[in-house]
Formats: sequence, structure tokens, C-alpha cells
Amino acid sequence: MEEQFVPSVLIANIALMSMLGVITIAIIRMTSLFGIVMLSGVYSLVSAAWFQAMDAVDVSFTEAAVGAGISTALYLGAMLLTVRKAKPTKGILKRWAPLLVVIGTGSALLYASVDLPAFGSLDSPVNTGVGMQYMEVSPKEVGTPNVVTAVLASYRGFDTFGETVVVFIAGVAVILLIGFGERALAASNWRGREDDDAQGDDSHLILRVVSKLLIPLIVLYAFYVHFHGEYSPGGGFQAGVIFAVAIMLYSLIFGLKAAMTAFPPVWARVGAAMGVAIYGLVGVICMLNGGRFLDYDYIFGPPSGEAHGHHNWPQITGIIGVEVGVVVAVACVMITAFYAFAGRTPEIRDEDW
Amino acid sequence: MVDLTSPEFWESVRMMVAAGVILLGALFVLVGSVGVLRFPDFYTRMHAASVTDTLGATLVLGGMMILAGWSINSFKLLMTWLFLFITSPAASNAAAHAALVAGLEPLLGKWNGEKVEKPELAKEG
Repeated sequence: MEEQFVPSVLIANIALMSMLGVITIAIIRMTSLFGIVMLSGVYSLVSAAWFQAMDAVDVSFTEAAVGAGISTALYLGAMLLTVRKAKPTKGILKRWAPLLVVIGTGSALLYASVDLPAFGSLDSPVNTGVGMQYMEVSPKEVGTPNVVTAVLASYRGFDTFGETVVVFIAGVAVILLIGFGERALAASNWRGREDDDAQGDDSHLILRVVSKLLIPLIVLYAFYVHFHGEYSPGGGFQAGVIFAVAIMLYSLIFGLKAAMTAFPPVWARVGAAMGVAIYGLVGVICMLNGGRFLDYDYIFGPPSGEAHGHHNWPQITGIIGVEVGVVVAVACVMITAFYAFAGRTPEIRDEDW
Repeated sequence: MVDLTSPEFWESVRMMVAAGVILLGALFVLVGSVGVLRFPDFYTRMHAASVTDTLGATLVLGGMMILAGWSINSFKLLMTWLFLFITSPAASNAAAHAALVAGLEPLLGKWNGEKVEKPELAKEG
């Protein structure tokens, strides 16, 4: 097949890439942390659009949910604990050593990119090696229409287990560094500082009504993304992040205390560990039935050997099982981290900002 | 001669209508962007930006619905439109409200054709 030149895709790529460049320069030049956080969200959204244009829908979805959604919320929470403006720094030309390193690395990368195969070319390693094999065997062996899910949760199930553990470790690190947030919230309340979002204040009326409408839909969408992940882009990681965003939205509008009543921090803590445990347990069940760790063919016992039709149920059950673990772990870790950030009242007084 | 009963004719009419509606929507997005750049203060800029979110998005999504025809894709686009139509005015309202609470005064009075000096908080948002 000839490589096709599609002008509209090329124009979209050039436009999106130059927007990314402009946003990067704007982030470097800005000092207002609020603006930087917002621009990094915009950066993630633009790169999600770019991935979409390159037909990488799963990556694009992840970038939009994680990069633009939850990172922005977490950065905002972290920013409230510190100052609003970055310290003025020396000019770029005065710091010649980092400049030299950056220029060197950049030119090396540009030089290396010449050797990369053309986008979508047939003889690239992606299309000749194991990638094509996945495309051929996964409908027979796994039977999920979305090959990405099959690769992620079945063939590379062990890697994904590692990723889930990494997310869990990140949550533990946040807790170790700044605490659960509950105690800090209780202490600040004891000092007589009530939440600003006190009852009877109608200034957020529109936001409250709209978010009441949206939060159930967001949670529903999270479950859709999770259980539909084998047919369409998405899966456990994105679903967990979307679920966590719903709780964060609730907390931002109705106050942290209401959110902690609705979704207690203990649930988040326990759930983070439970999610990783569910993932591991699915693997252990396969081992108990005589297979290898995460060998889903053994999830109901040794494979019967009979030909399966469109759906390979042991594989699909295994995938759904580990994805449940991923969604619980990711959602609970994100909520724990958010509580940890948001529970600490700013130690800096308003005048110092 | 144009055959008014042929399906091909109505198909091409549908495509042209869809293209026209999408182009009109793109025009509104363009107008909104120009407004964000040229209007003097935060509130008027918000006004221009929300035109992009509501009328521009409505027309573009409507054109895409005409293109997609009577199908599940149209329904998904309708849902997208509904989501945008609820959230973007709420977001504009929240931003404008936050600016008002933070003490940013709207520019009042008649524009005399001179360049207005930049309000302090105009970048916030």
C-alpha cells in the first residue's frame, strides 16, 4: 500500500503542534502559578486532540482524563498550599549551562528523529513485529473488539499490575508526605476557621444546580468507560480518574466536609489497597486453578478446550476482574491525594499572596 | 434538469445545508476569538468567549448531526451538545462571578476610541 498524503491531517498536525509550542513558551514565560496550571491543562487537551488526529484514541482519552482533568485539579489543590506566583528568575541567557544542555538534547533528538520510520509506514517495527501479531491473534485468543484492552489487560497483564502498584505507591507517598488531610481539616476547624462554603450562601447557586445535574452523569460515565472498555477506548485507569473527578467536583462546590461525609477518607484509603489486592487476587485465582499468574484461561478452572464463539468468557471475565481492581485503586488513590491536599488549610495568610 | 424526486438530489442538498451550518458555526467561533482578543475588559471578553461555546458549538454540532443523519452518532452529538449547553454557560457564569467577587470592576461608560489601559486582574481567568 502506498503511503497516502492527506493534506487535512497534515494541516491539523502542524496547527496542533505549533499550538503546543506556543503554549510551552507561554508556560515558560509566565509567573502566575494559576495561569501555569490552567495552561498545562490546555496543553494536555491540545495534545489529546493531536493524538486523536493520529488515531491513537486510547492514548488521547487517557491524556484528556488524566492530563487535563485530574492533574489540573490536583495542581490547583497543591497550589493553594503554596504561593500564587513563582519567584522571578534570572534571564534565560544568563543560565548558560542549562541552556546548553537543553539545546544539546534537543538537537540530538531532532537528529535521531530523522531515522524514525514514517507515520503509518508498513515496514516500521510497530507494524512488522509483535504489534501485527496481536492484531491477528487477539480476536481468536481474547475476543475483545478493542485490541488495546486485550494487550493491556491480558497479554501485558503483568505490566499493568505493575502500573497499578505504582499508582498505589504514589498515593502512599502523598500520604506519608502530607498526611491524610482529615486531621489537618479537624485542626483548622478547631482553631475556629470554618469552611468558606458555609450554608446559606447563595453565591454558588448556579454552580450547585449544574453540578447536582452533572455529578451523577459523570459517575455513570465512569462506569460506562470501565465496563465498555473492551469495546471502545477507555478502561480502568480512565474510569477511575473520571470517578475521582466527580468526587472532587462535589468537594469543590459543596465543601470538603460534605465530600468527606459522602465519600469518607477511610473508604478511599482502604479502597486503594483493596483495588491492588483485587488485581492480584485475579492472578492468584488463575494460579490456584493450575494456570500461571494472570493466565485468564484458567480463571474458571482448567480450559475445557472446546471452541468458543465470538466471546471468550474466561478471558473477558479476567479482563473485567483486573479492570475492577484498577478502577477501584486509581479512583481511591486520586481521592486520597485530593483529600490530603485539600484538607490542609493554607498556612499562608491571604495578605501574603 | 434537476430531478426533485431523486434521492441523490436531496442527499446533496443535505450535505450543502450541513456544510453551510458548520461554516456559520465556524464564523461564530472566529468572531468569538476576535472578540476575546479585542474587547477591552474581562467581562466583555467573557461575553465574546461564551458566544464561541454556545452558538458556535451549537451550529457546528448541528451541522455534524445533519451530516451524520438519523443514526446513533447523531444521538451522541446531541448528548455532547446538551452537555456543552449546560456546562459552558455555567463555567462562564462562574468565571465572571469569581472576578466580581475578587473585586474586578467592569469598565463602564462610552468608548471614545482610545486604547484602554489594561485592568489589573484581566489576566486572571
